[in-house]
Amino acid sequence: MGAGHGHRLHYHGHSALHRMPAECKLIALLIFVLAVVATPRTQYWAYGLDALALSVAVACSRVPVSYLAKRMVVETPFVVFAVLLPFIAVGERTQFLGVTVSADGLEAGLSLLAKATLGVAAGLLLAATTEPRALLAGLEGKLPQQLVQIMAMMIRYLDVTGDQLRRMRIARESRGFVATQPRHWPVLGHAAGALFVRSYERGERVHLAMLSRGYSGTLPGLAPPPASAGDWSRALLLPAAAALVALAAWLLR
Amino acid sequence: MHVPDGFINAPTSIATGVVAAGALAVALRKAGDELDEKTAPMAGLVAAFIFATQMLNFPVGAGTSGHLLGGALAAVLVGPWTAILCMSTVLLVQSLLFADGGLTALGTNVTLMGIITVAVGWGIVKIVTVVGPNSPKTVVAGAGLGALISVPAAAFAFVGLFEFGGTADIRLSTLMAAMVGWHVLIGVGEAVITALTVSSVLAVRPDLVYAARHLLSPRPLEIRTDPKPVTS
Repeated sequence: MGAGHGHRLHYHGHSALHRMPAECKLIALLIFVLAVVATPRTQYWAYGLDALALSVAVACSRVPVSYLAKRMVVETPFVVFAVLLPFIAVGERTQFLGVTVSADGLEAGLSLLAKATLGVAAGLLLAATTEPRALLAGLEGKLPQQLVQIMAMMIRYLDVTGDQLRRMRIARESRGFVATQPRHWPVLGHAAGALFVRSYERGERVHLAMLSRGYSGTLPGLAPPPASAGDWSRALLLPAAAALVALAAWLLR
Repeated sequence: MHVPDGFINAPTSIATGVVAAGALAVALRKAGDELDEKTAPMAGLVAAFIFATQMLNFPVGAGTSGHLLGGALAAVLVGPWTAILCMSTVLLVQSLLFADGGLTALGTNVTLMGIITVAVGWGIVKIVTVVGPNSPKTVVAGAGLGALISVPAAAFAFVGLFEFGGTADIRLSTLMAAMVGWHVLIGVGEAVITALTVSSVLAVRPDLVYAARHLLSPRPLEIRTDPKPVTS
């Protein structure tokens, strides 16, 4: 349990964004993505303004852009879908870069790409500037207490379980086994089964350890002092900008 | 495949959010029956297990590989309500910590991958174990069949949602054929992996497989007394 206790997406720092209470950042992210999603889809300038506002926030956080860019790969499957949309959608045809595509599909593909990219980038910024523990504290009171507890346990043992899986792979490979085709699946199935038994038994041990320390169904409060009005007003700058942009885009449509 | 922001329009996203929240509220109450007061540590560890197994790559050949989604597997191993909690927690953490799946699409993702896969998978396992012979093989077969159908069922539901609140005009038949066809293939992989994993757990710790609990004979607590007490 020596290393790797943070999560891999957290970028250590002390910027204004890092110090901001997690609950403010969570609400700000939620309003920001809602505003982006609600923006009418042909108003491309609106996405540009949203991206500009978000990049100001990224600059304030002092998280390197390359750090965030590398993690944007989670979006890949939907980039593929967005690229395919103009070709598979129906309706009126139009010319785009010399190819005949569906006008509706093209609009939908471009706006999907813009909205998904803004959503992923904003989400990554939250993850990069917020420690998991702070995030859980921010969720307390907003989600059912038991769900927050389950999430806390999951995050706490995420790396332990992941490392167990990695050790099992190293053990297999050090015995000369590397799975390359479906007939090797039974071995991997056993690995998954063994991981379940180990995780479950670990859960039982953790539960007993918690009981021996006086656990009675609730965890001691994680919550830091409530966010001040100043925190909220700073946190809501970005979503307010996005909401204004969305409103303007509706009015100018 | 997590649905990102902007894929499904706002009203549909809110509707799926309400569905997901309602199902989660019921699951939180019912999971207590499956795990009693152990809910938080056990569900947390099982969620970490699901997250880790999703990183276990199963090679398909030609350099490609697939991974488990885990809805049906979780239902078979820990029971449907705990499974819904675990899958939803995994999706919540993936959305907040890994930006995998949009925050506005969280309700959609939980409904599709956390609730539909578990409900369909569990329903089929239940039917198979009631109809089939009383043996561990029936549970394995049920788990495989449940996993096989749960994945295209979620794809089917996605197509339905997209038809209501999608942001592009795609012919329903095209999308249905592509999505469901592709997910039947994924479902075959899911079925094999789920069946293999369940049979592996059944071989070593049958008591940990929720769907196989009826196979174990109950062992009441007995207090054995020494027939000849030692006198000191």
